Amino acid sequence: MKTILAISAAALLSAAAAHAQKINAAGATFPAPIYQKWFGEYHGANPGVEINYQAVGSGAGIKQLTDGTVDFGASDMPMTAEQIKAMKVPPLHFPTVMGAVVLTYNVAGITQELKFSPDVIADIYLAKITKWSDPRLAKDNPGVKFPKDDIIVVRRTDGSGTTFVFTDYLSKVSPEWKMKVGANTSVSWPGQTLGGAQNPGVAGLIKQTPGSIGYVELIYAVQNKMPYAQVKNSSGNFVKASLESVTEAAAGAAKNMPADFRVSITDAPGKNAYPISTFTWLLIPSSIPDAGKAKAVKGFLQWMLTAGQKDCSGLTYAPLPSEIVAKEEKQIAQVK
Amino acid sequence: MAAPQVAGIPRAAKVVQPGDVAARLLTMLFAAIVFLLVVLLVFELWVGSAASRQKFGWGFITSTAWNPVTDEFGALPFIYGTVVTSVVALLISIPLGVGAAIFLSELAPAGPSNALTFLVELLAAIPSVIYGLLAIFTLVPIMRLYIEPFLKATLGFLPIFQGPAFGVGYLTAGIILAIMTFPFIISVSREALLAVPREQREAALALGATKWEATWDVVVPYAKLGIYGSIFLGLARALGETMAVTMVVGNSPEVRASLLAPGYSIAAVIANEFSEASGSVRPAALVELGLVLFFLTIVINALARLLIIATTSKGSKRP
Repeated sequence: MKTILAISAAALLSAAAAHAQKINAAGATFPAPIYQKWFGEYHGANPGVEINYQAVGSGAGIKQLTDGTVDFGASDMPMTAEQIKAMKVPPLHFPTVMGAVVLTYNVAGITQELKFSPDVIADIYLAKITKWSDPRLAKDNPGVKFPKDDIIVVRRTDGSGTTFVFTDYLSKVSPEWKMKVGANTSVSWPGQTLGGAQNPGVAGLIKQTPGSIGYVELIYAVQNKMPYAQVKNSSGNFVKASLESVTEAAAGAAKNMPADFRVSITDAPGKNAYPISTFTWLLIPSSIPDAGKAKAVKGFLQWMLTAGQKDCSGLTYAPLPSEIVAKEEKQIAQVK
Repeated sequence: MAAPQVAGIPRAAKVVQPGDVAARLLTMLFAAIVFLLVVLLVFELWVGSAASRQKFGWGFITSTAWNPVTDEFGALPFIYGTVVTSVVALLISIPLGVGAAIFLSELAPAGPSNALTFLVELLAAIPSVIYGLLAIFTLVPIMRLYIEPFLKATLGFLPIFQGPAFGVGYLTAGIILAIMTFPFIISVSREALLAVPREQREAALALGATKWEATWDVVVPYAKLGIYGSIFLGLARALGETMAVTMVVGNSPEVRASLLAPGYSIAAVIANEFSEASGSVRPAALVELGLVLFFLTIVINALARLLIIATTSKGSKRP
């Protein structure tokens, strides 16, 4: 009798546990704040779905998805053909929000907002422009009195989606960069550079070192009130990174959006498009055998593309342009 | 009277008590865990680094390349950075630490000695990320504005003090490691010095030695092994330290003679790059760096032990 009771109690318990659909995800750190907010809010509205997200980094997210230890992944760079080939179930890319990478600096005596042309940024990072007094910097910044100091180049030392976006941009605007260095989550930097770990490491080095220049995520620069530069875009205008200029970059890229959303929107067309912008993606397996999980994931995607997008600007992420939302909604049906 | 007692001891020991057997097996099992852990560690590192070992072979250790785009990896800049920062750290912290330990155990009055010892133990318990923050916000500006320009002005003819003063680099990392290893060296050395029997001191004083002679020529050599042990602990901390080093070393995978230049260390590069390492070769290269650090630690400890054997035999022959 006792045994029967125990068994039926256990069965009841496991039925209750199965009721809450638990989903595990892992990946990029850059969108982690909004993902945490989304997953929390979605769980509040749909108590039956609980999504647990670990911000372990884009590379680790892709690896865990490939190994099958998570239900879906997240990445700041689209997966390469080679990475997709390594997966048993081909993934679908869903752009979620957009961000930008900005140049921040610490130059003695300069309070104005600096302006940079793409070739100047590339040559600073190629160690061909080594002094702040270089005439090419003065040409972009009339009226700014530059000191004779050496330029100290700061970059991320940890593998990071931010570095991928920045080097992807440099590869597009500088053939020499593309040939000598290339684009990746970390690269072999030419010249003598200082490396900082994560955004705070780079920001700390720049604050500490007069004459330095480096790149951080837009959100980080805004939250920490750091100065950041205007960058000349493909239409020849100097543009400051903002939610609007990033969204415009995405809208410019939307016209040539490939069906699988694996696209880089650096150096995008558009009059006021900020050129160092990026999507960040959720990587969803195209086939989820567990019907309950598949339903939950699809429900979340639909919610993220509509209600979820309203959370973006509060956390300084740029929301998706409506053309892209419409295309993504169609892609949800491909999740089987 | 003494004879039956002496005879009694071995007889009692021969009686096998079940409790003794159980205790012996249990503690042996615990000790075996240490051995198993080391074997498992090496096995995992060996298997995990297969792709890198096959691609680069022994060239991995001597190559200075670190290019994730072309998948070319070499360990030399990291080995160099790890060794240089640890050596700088020990050059600073050994004299300071042993000196402070001598003062605390031999010369200081009991009150201040106890108070300072408490502070030393407090320092040893501070997490390394706190030391790293202290370094990046306080030490780095001091280094860049005062110490590095001073070194360049006075000792700039030496290649180890040339190049621009970034504030970050091998020297700054070495100094923060010295600050971190110093409490370990004081704390363990002091225990060793306190354990020297009182008779040793009294004998030296009775023979007409001054207080300092008794301390330096008798007490310190007697406590030598303990002091070396403290240096090993410090060395182990310096070699494996990650957070504090990566915050001030400059994270630049290059081999440079100047201590003012930015460099990198093995533990720092593993922590920084592993989470985003994609492909098959790069994670394997990082695992192989772990293997290199393991053997580097063994080699350095072995060298240090040889040094001890050489110096202790010399010490015991001293009249």
